[in-house]
Amino acid sequence: MSDETSIKKDDLQADEKDLINELTDSEYKWGFVTDIEEEEFPKGLSEDIVRRISKIKNDPKWMTEYRVKAYKHWLTLKEPKWAKVKYPKIDFQNIRYYSAPKQKEQLESLDDVDPELLKTFEKLGIPIEEQKKLSNVAVDAVFDSVSVKTTFQDTLMEKGIIFSPLSEAIKNHPELVKEYFGSVVPYTDNYYAALNAAVFSEGSFVYIPKGVRCPMELSTYFRINAMDTGQFERTIVIADEGAYVSYLEGCTAPMRDNNQLHAAVVELVAKKGAQIKYSTVQNWYPGDKDGKGGIYNFVTKRGVCEESAKISWTQVETGSAITWKYPSTILKGDNSVGEFYSVAVTNNYQQADTGTKMVHLGKNTKSTIVSKGISAGHSNNSYRGLVKIGKHADGARNFSQCDSMLMSDKCGAHTFPYIEIDNKNSIVEHEATTSKISEDQIFYLNQRGISTEDAVSMIVNGFCKEVFKELPMEFAVEATKLLALSLEGSVG
Amino acid sequence: MSVEVKKMDAVERYTASAEKIIARNKNSFLSQLQSEAKVKLSEMKFPTLKTEEWKYTNLKRLLSSELIHSSEIDEITITSDDVEKCKFNNFEHYLLVFVNGVFNEELSDYEELKNEIVISTILKAAEKDKKLIESYFSKIAVNKTAFDHLNLANFTDGLFIKIPNGKILRKPIQILYISDGKGDMTFTPFRNLFVVGENSETSIIQKYVGQDGSKYFNNISTEIFIGQNGIMNIYKVELENEDSYHINKTDVTQSRDTQFNHFNFTFGGKLIRNDINTELDGENIECTLNGLYIGNGNQHIDNNTYINHAKPHSTSNELYKGILDGSSRGVFCGKILVDRDAQLTNAYQNNNTIILSDTATVDTKPQLEIYADDVKCTHGATVGQLDETALFYILSRGIPRDKAKSMLINAFAESVVDSVKIEGLRDEINSLIYEHLNRDNVL
Repeated sequence: MSDETSIKKDDLQADEKDLINELTDSEYKWGFVTDIEEEEFPKGLSEDIVRRISKIKNDPKWMTEYRVKAYKHWLTLKEPKWAKVKYPKIDFQNIRYYSAPKQKEQLESLDDVDPELLKTFEKLGIPIEEQKKLSNVAVDAVFDSVSVKTTFQDTLMEKGIIFSPLSEAIKNHPELVKEYFGSVVPYTDNYYAALNAAVFSEGSFVYIPKGVRCPMELSTYFRINAMDTGQFERTIVIADEGAYVSYLEGCTAPMRDNNQLHAAVVELVAKKGAQIKYSTVQNWYPGDKDGKGGIYNFVTKRGVCEESAKISWTQVETGSAITWKYPSTILKGDNSVGEFYSVAVTNNYQQADTGTKMVHLGKNTKSTIVSKGISAGHSNNSYRGLVKIGKHADGARNFSQCDSMLMSDKCGAHTFPYIEIDNKNSIVEHEATTSKISEDQIFYLNQRGISTEDAVSMIVNGFCKEVFKELPMEFAVEATKLLALSLEGSVG
Repeated sequence: MSVEVKKMDAVERYTASAEKIIARNKNSFLSQLQSEAKVKLSEMKFPTLKTEEWKYTNLKRLLSSELIHSSEIDEITITSDDVEKCKFNNFEHYLLVFVNGVFNEELSDYEELKNEIVISTILKAAEKDKKLIESYFSKIAVNKTAFDHLNLANFTDGLFIKIPNGKILRKPIQILYISDGKGDMTFTPFRNLFVVGENSETSIIQKYVGQDGSKYFNNISTEIFIGQNGIMNIYKVELENEDSYHINKTDVTQSRDTQFNHFNFTFGGKLIRNDINTELDGENIECTLNGLYIGNGNQHIDNNTYINHAKPHSTSNELYKGILDGSSRGVFCGKILVDRDAQLTNAYQNNNTIILSDTATVDTKPQLEIYADDVKCTHGATVGQLDETALFYILSRGIPRDKAKSMLINAFAESVVDSVKIEGLRDEINSLIYEHLNRDNVL
């Protein structure tokens, strides 16, 4: 270990230099590295590493076995190649699979938290204290895989709501976790889901009991901090019969040259009459102007709706060098509803291949898909979605709308919808358009005294409004800002 | 597209059949091409459900069948009466008849046409004007799939038409392809090569008809070159019988100011696959691909289109409509690619399907791939049923249910059928729709 620490010191010195450089570069506002000691694993993946992660996490036996099974299955799989994204082959042996801030004893109040860490949160714009008071948001901040501080636990506890880091939930509510873990996204699902199941280090676990309406928006922030660590978290949200929860997820990552891998898994279970609203704002580091660096974001998100339940996904994707993400809803119960609202913005050399899957199995199930893609610079932005109506899904209804906007002549916008219908009583509609901001629109705003840049920003915001209005207030404001930031300078 | 497929003996079977064909071919240029295709075929794998472009079409049954190459069938029992029954009679036309892929001079009727355009079989054309065939033949297979190689390696002859510059044909050419298979499965690979001259206008009707009781596999490849300001209208009507497989690929290259209108009507056939690839290689091009498919029984109808906008200022329109009854399955996959240079492109694509029965299924995959920013591209897809309220309205006027349904089907199909420019053909197609759905003709 001592060798490794000395290497790390060198790294850190280099990091300081980077830090100065990065701070003077205002393009990526959140590109800084927090200087705290991290516990790290050597690079590479093997059964031994999987078992070590499991040991560090104090997993019960079944979880360790599950991880090992997932790892063995992963070895048999091939990396998926069907997405319309290009990237050099990922060397999975060159990734550090675990990194956590050095373990300290359990903390009672915020004062005990490492001040360095608190500063990071301040820079991120999530001063925990303030958020607690002002925005009524309980934050479970996942800082490089280990959940550092969970707020509002007590308020939630009163209502019987469980909102805790996954590792704690495994300890405190083993039965619940065992029942739902991997029930929506099994490790056999796909390459990255298997990888995640083997090496996941942290995540969030939410359980809303029967008939309870969660009084506040639950939120986690993810940050990838250490160099070359993949972030593999898992989120499980369960809304029991008649419950309601709104869950927010925001992501930022500091600036690094090497591409970093992020392979998360999200599982949602909405029981009879329950509602889950899952919102994501993702602004991982997208790489620099020349497409160097950035995060690879390969995420599997899926929810199951039982009778009369509703799952609503809202996502604003502005970051990551590569986004590969298809939040899906399985409408299993009769009269269940699935919604998907998405804004995906790509600039410079970013690539996004994102969309949704709506699988209608129950009768009278309904789904709505609204996807807005904006491509600028040299980027490529694809919508890929599946609408499947099963044989017994009588009266199923789907409406999909995918609009793309092109902001330069070097970028690409693509639409790949798949529609599979096995039932005669269902109605499915899909429409897509691709266009650019018309000169007439800009001219009109110009002659009202609005500068071209502001005009573009207004038009783009109008274009995305349908999706933004689905976001909770705080996120909507942030999303609007992010959009302007991502597209800065992309209009000639 | 990289897919792992078990090595099927289908490849061996088709390569073996190709060997015999090539040995008999005396034309050095063609046999050279065929040999190359044979080698490529032997290295290829046929698409499976894991191949993205064939995701919804299962070829297992076709590929496991034993075959007889159509060139091994000598006796032809088709008479002029049969032709009379099979062809469209409602409008004036020139008639070319092919039986099992072999041109039948006696049954055809095209005396006048010989003076107006160049028309012959591909083999004869290759002997007569080697240069001409060499510069066009097998030049534009956009996607070299196993079926391309299979077709090229196995074909014995085909149709060559060259429309001279400035020639405007008054009457359409009706090409009747009659299949009369023998034994387990008759395999007919066939090729068309149409070279359309500058400032000319031509309409061609390709009608595929199968004799009752025969089993066959038609594999057709058509290449079309359209010279500047030329107009080409193709009406493809597929009335294969219920035991037949039909895999058809049309590749088109359009020069500037040209118009290409392709109408694809699919009625018969057990498994039908139509591929249309057009390359808009010039400015100010118009390209219209319309289709109507009526599925019944256990039919499987797969339509695939690909439009490549390579240059600026062009327009493409696509409208495919499907009516599915019985346990039929309809597949539509349309792709529009707009290249970086192709500014000011307008591309519209639409696929609507109605399902009439509990067991019919639909898969549709409309795709846009766009790299230019000053474009207007839209696509849409809908799947639904006959409108209940509309049906109720008609019923309340005292019209019986069957008739009312037929009226609604008629209304649904109209937008495609109406775009047919030959009036007589329009009527024929309308009545075919009802015949195929076992319903009354409302007209």
